Amino acid sequence: MSKGRIVAGAIAPHPPHLVYAENAPQNEPRAVCGWETLRWAYERLRKSLSTVDYDVLIVHSPHWRTFTGTHFLGVEKFKSLSVDPIFPNLFRYQYDITVDVPLAEAICSEAADLGLSTEMMRNPDFRIDYGTIISCHLTNPVWNKPIVGISSVGAARYHNMDVMQEMMHKLGQATRKAVEESGRRAVLLASTSLSHLHFTTEAPIPEDMSFERVTSHSQYLWDIKMINLMKQGRVHELVGLMSEFTEKATAETEAGSLSWMLSAMDFPEYPAEVHGYGNVIGTGNAVVEWREANI
Amino acid sequence: MSIVKGYVLPGLPHLYLAADANPGWLKVRQAMERVRGEIEASDADVLVIYSTYWPSVIGHQIQANPNIEWVHVDEEFHALGSIPYKMKVDAQVAEAYLRTAGDLGLHARTINYRGFPVDTGSIVVNKIVNPDNRIPCVIVSSNIYADRKETLSLGRAAREAVEKCGKNAVGIVVSSLSGRLHETKIDPQDDRIYSAADHESNIRLLDLIKSGRFENSESDVNGPSKSFWWMSAFLGSNGIFAGEVLAYEPVYGTGAAVLGLTPAVGAVRTLDFQPPEMGDRI
Repeated sequence: MSKGRIVAGAIAPHPPHLVYAENAPQNEPRAVCGWETLRWAYERLRKSLSTVDYDVLIVHSPHWRTFTGTHFLGVEKFKSLSVDPIFPNLFRYQYDITVDVPLAEAICSEAADLGLSTEMMRNPDFRIDYGTIISCHLTNPVWNKPIVGISSVGAARYHNMDVMQEMMHKLGQATRKAVEESGRRAVLLASTSLSHLHFTTEAPIPEDMSFERVTSHSQYLWDIKMINLMKQGRVHELVGLMSEFTEKATAETEAGSLSWMLSAMDFPEYPAEVHGYGNVIGTGNAVVEWREANI
Repeated sequence: MSIVKGYVLPGLPHLYLAADANPGWLKVRQAMERVRGEIEASDADVLVIYSTYWPSVIGHQIQANPNIEWVHVDEEFHALGSIPYKMKVDAQVAEAYLRTAGDLGLHARTINYRGFPVDTGSIVVNKIVNPDNRIPCVIVSSNIYADRKETLSLGRAAREAVEKCGKNAVGIVVSSLSGRLHETKIDPQDDRIYSAADHESNIRLLDLIKSGRFENSESDVNGPSKSFWWMSAFLGSNGIFAGEVLAYEPVYGTGAAVLGLTPAVGAVRTLDFQPPEMGDRI
């Protein structure tokens, strides 16, 4: 068996609005249009990944939140209806998901060896969170690859971002080692927005883009600062700023998805490809891809 | 109509699926079963539930699906098992709640979608205190951005909705006191409150409850202040009630208390609670 590797990683934000606006056949509500900047960014990500040979998507989701350690999907097939608890008017999605359970178990085991509290999720009635579904759908709408689903922990709330980020760095190491030993070629998805302060009201027509903008200029400035670091390949500086960014921009990086992915990719010091940036109900979202030139 | 009584009840799935695994969990379960008996003996027509297990962002969400049915699995404690459930919702009160909330300037909407993920806390509490769905319920979310004033208005709107429908209601807050869970798997026999600080905060709060003064509780950020504001306004914005602590035990690190609140004129004479002014708007 040849050595596995992580062939790409992407920030893959999960606003349900994007699935709604593209009128995905699995989703019941219908839209006219909306959030094209981000949807076209995802089109570019999909086009880019179509040139990569990979076996599995590994996704870390802020909306599967566990406080008793990191949990991993551990059932091979999940088929059910996902209704978004915040935006049920936009997202009622029939999913049919295959999980790479052996790889999930391997990451779970490696993470435990590094001292993290971990658990496999074996209940077949479990409903997959919408963050996992949306990031995977927008990256690979044909769902022809298995996934590994990883929960996010609440350490940033219980302790602080530095503690959480340290844990995610270990989880990233565990992910990288397990992928290498599995022989798989994996694409990582950090299912996360950047700035994350929402509007508290919704436009009468959800896809009325005259209502859409970033919640505040300061959030926008922070988003762009972080994105520029990504574009310039200055990932170590970005990691150093993660705690401050998370606090100042009320960023969803609080869940650790980005910290995990960057660690798993061994903190890539080459420029990331920013496929696009846009706002959804006031939050800042970027679709960003890291892929080494020789892959 | 009248507000018959209020309760604060914990909602972790251990209480429904694994109460026998720890003597403290069993005490909490038995206290909730006592609540079930009290509710059954009351003339309540509807249970109005404010659940801290159901966060919302876009205003306040009010469950209005008359007949809910699904199989629930807790995202954290999935190993405890699945919970098949049915719930009856009083859609009339839900719609009235939407209108009264709007009248008070709140942004709210009703939710009526098959498969909508009802939160663990609401399911667990309904399973234990209303197992046959004899009394329909209304569930309202806990908006993460709502401040004290807005939450008081949300509680007041619930009260006014019940009044307009001419019904007798029991109010239920689904919340632990301290909410921090253990960060690793534990043997149920080794359960304790997450930290001494959490326990001390809980005890202070329980003392306030016993003296009927929870409306001004300002516990730490991990505490249940918001839900208590809601309950205080729901009970009548006068802070006059008798408080009773039926149980207080750790459940997976959280402070799980079963609290009963009975409207009681003259129960407390030293209140400094400031209810919203009549006609006050957000």
